[in-house]
Amino acid sequence: MAPAVLIENLQKRYGSVTAVKDVTLKVEPGEIFGLLGPNGAGKTTTLRCLCTLSTPDSGLIEVSGISVLDNPKAARQLLGYVAQEVALDKVLTGLELLELQAALYHLPRKIIPERINYALNLLGLQEYANQKTGTYSGGLRKRLDLAAGLLHKPDVLVLDEPTVGLDIESRMAVWNFLRKLRSDGTTVLITSHYLEEVDALADRVAIIDKGVVIASGTPSELKDRVGGDRITLRIREFSPAEEAEKAKQMLSTLPMVQSAIVNTAQGNSLNLVVTPQSDALMTVQKALQDAGLPTFGIAQSRPSLDDVYLAATGQTINDAELAAAGTRDLKKEKKQNMR
Amino acid sequence: MSSTVTRKKPDLKIQSAAAAKNVKAGFSFGEVTQETLALTKRLFIQLQRRPSTLIAGIIQPLMWLILFGALFQNAPKGLFGEIVSYEQFLGAGVIVFTAFAGALNAGLPVMFDREFGFLNRLLVAPLASRFSIVLASAIYIVTLSLIQAAVIVTAGAFLGAGLPDVLGLGTIALIVLLLVLGVTGLSLGLAFALPGHIELIAVIFVTNLPLLFASTALAPLSFMPNWLQVVVTLNPLSYAIEPIRYLYLHSDWGLSNIVMSAPWGDVTFGGALLVLLLFDGVALLGIQPLLRRTLS
Repeated sequence: MAPAVLIENLQKRYGSVTAVKDVTLKVEPGEIFGLLGPNGAGKTTTLRCLCTLSTPDSGLIEVSGISVLDNPKAARQLLGYVAQEVALDKVLTGLELLELQAALYHLPRKIIPERINYALNLLGLQEYANQKTGTYSGGLRKRLDLAAGLLHKPDVLVLDEPTVGLDIESRMAVWNFLRKLRSDGTTVLITSHYLEEVDALADRVAIIDKGVVIASGTPSELKDRVGGDRITLRIREFSPAEEAEKAKQMLSTLPMVQSAIVNTAQGNSLNLVVTPQSDALMTVQKALQDAGLPTFGIAQSRPSLDDVYLAATGQTINDAELAAAGTRDLKKEKKQNMR
Repeated sequence: MSSTVTRKKPDLKIQSAAAAKNVKAGFSFGEVTQETLALTKRLFIQLQRRPSTLIAGIIQPLMWLILFGALFQNAPKGLFGEIVSYEQFLGAGVIVFTAFAGALNAGLPVMFDREFGFLNRLLVAPLASRFSIVLASAIYIVTLSLIQAAVIVTAGAFLGAGLPDVLGLGTIALIVLLLVLGVTGLSLGLAFALPGHIELIAVIFVTNLPLLFASTALAPLSFMPNWLQVVVTLNPLSYAIEPIRYLYLHSDWGLSNIVMSAPWGDVTFGGALLVLLLFDGVALLGIQPLLRRTLS
C-alpha cells in the first residue's frame, strides 16, 4: 500500500534563501505524523509544497501514490489543508463558508447537507452555524477551519501549527479531535513547535532544522536514541551561584552522571543527564547530603523531544527560535506566501 | 501509541485513491458551473450584507448627472451640436464612466483575498479550472454595472435625457458588458500582479479620472485641441460613450452610422463595437501571463 504522504529530497528556495534544503519523510496511512522544529525550520514551506501552494525546486511528493506535481487536482481532492492563519470570510456565516467549501470540492449536491452536519457536529459548531464568522472567537474560528478542512473526508488532513494562539481548552479540543480522526482512519500530518503537542499526539515524528530532517521515528525511539535520564535538581528554592557551581562539580564526579549544567534561568537549578538506573535519585541526594548540601526539589524524567533536538543541533528549540527571531523577515515571508 | 501505524482499513484507502485517479483530467462543465456559482454567490452575499458599495455606486452617478448637468445648464443652445440639453449629452458619459469605475475596482476583493489568505483556501481546493475565480468576479461586476446602468438610464429619463427603445436599451447593455469585461480583466490582472492593495488603489486612483477627462464623456470631441483628440480617440471609453450617445439622440440609428469623427477618420457605430471587442480580446489575452503565474 502506498504511503499516505511521501516526500523525498524536497528542496525549495525563495531567492537566495533556502527554506527547505533536503526533506524526506513518509507518513503511513492512519497515523498522526508530527513535523517538529523551531519557527523558520521549513515546516510551513514543506506543507505548502505538499498542498500545491508552492512549487518545489526539486524532489518528489506523493499523496496516496499520486504525484502532487503531475496530478495536482487529484492530489488536492485527497488532501485537506488547514493553514496556520485562519482565513475566513467574516461576512459569511459558518454554514455558508462550509457550503462554499463543499462546492469547491465538488461534493454532490445531495450529500452536502449531511456532510456539513457531520462536520458541524464533530466540532460542536451547530449553535454557531448561522452566525457570521466575524463574530467568532479564535477557538471557534479554528474549529470552523478544521470543519472546512475535513468536509470532503480527505485521506490526509494537513494542519500547520493547529494550536498556535489557542487557549488551553481549545487546544485540548483540537487534540481530542485529532485523536478522534485517527481512530476513524484519517491520516493526520501536523507541524508544531510545541514539543509536548507532538509528544502527546504523534505516532511518529520528524524533527526538522534549517530545512533538513535531522531525526525521525516514534517519540520513544528518538528518546531512546538520545539515551540517559534527566534529573532536575534544586538545592534551595533560589540557590546562590557559587553553591550551585560547587554542587555541579561534586555531582559530576559521580560515575552515573554523564553531564551537568547550571540553569541560571531557573534559579540556578541543576540539570543532570544520568545513566538510567533505579536508585539514581537516591544516589544524588546522598551525595548532596554527604557534602553538607540541602535538597529543595528533585525530579527524574526521560529525555524529551527537546533533548533530541538539543543532541542533534546543540541548542534547544526555544533557543533556536530566539536566535532566529532576529534574522527572520516576517514581512518578506508573508509576501512569499501570498499567491 | 507508538505501535499503531496502520489502523486504517486498507480497502477504503485504495478505493479513494483510485477514485481520485479517475477524476477526469479534462474540463468538467458541471464542476466549473458548481464552483463558479458558489464563488459568485459568495460575492453577492457580501454585497447583500455590505451594500454600501452598490448604494454609493448608484448615488455617485446620479450626483454627476444632477450637478454636472446643472453646471452647464446655461450653456448657449446648440453648443453641444444638435443636442437640446447638456443632460442629454452627459447621460451616455455617466453610464459608461460608472461602469468603468466599477469594473476598475473588480480586482480589490481578489487582492484582499490574497492578502488575508482566503485565496489559498481556493487554491488548495481541486477546482476544475482556477479561472472560475476570475469568472465569478466578472459575473459579479457585470451584474453590478448593469444594475447601475439601469438606474442611470431611468434617472436620465426623468431628467430629460429621453429613453431609448428596447433594442437601444439592449445595445446599451451590450456596450456596458463589452467595456466592463475588458476593464474587469485588466483589474484582476493587476490584482494578481501588484504586491498589495495599497498599490492597486494607487493604480486605480491615477487611472480613473484621467481616463474620464481624456474621453468624450464630458465634452464633445470638437471642443478639444488636436493632441487631446488623438488621446481621446485612443481611449476605449470613447468607443463606448459615442455609440450610446448616438442612439440616445437618433431614433433611426444603425451600425453604419458615423458616431465619432476622429482626427484620422470617421468611426461608425459598428466600428466602435468592434474596437470594444478588440479591447476585450487584447485585455483578456494580455492578463493571461499574470493570471497563469498564480492560477495554474
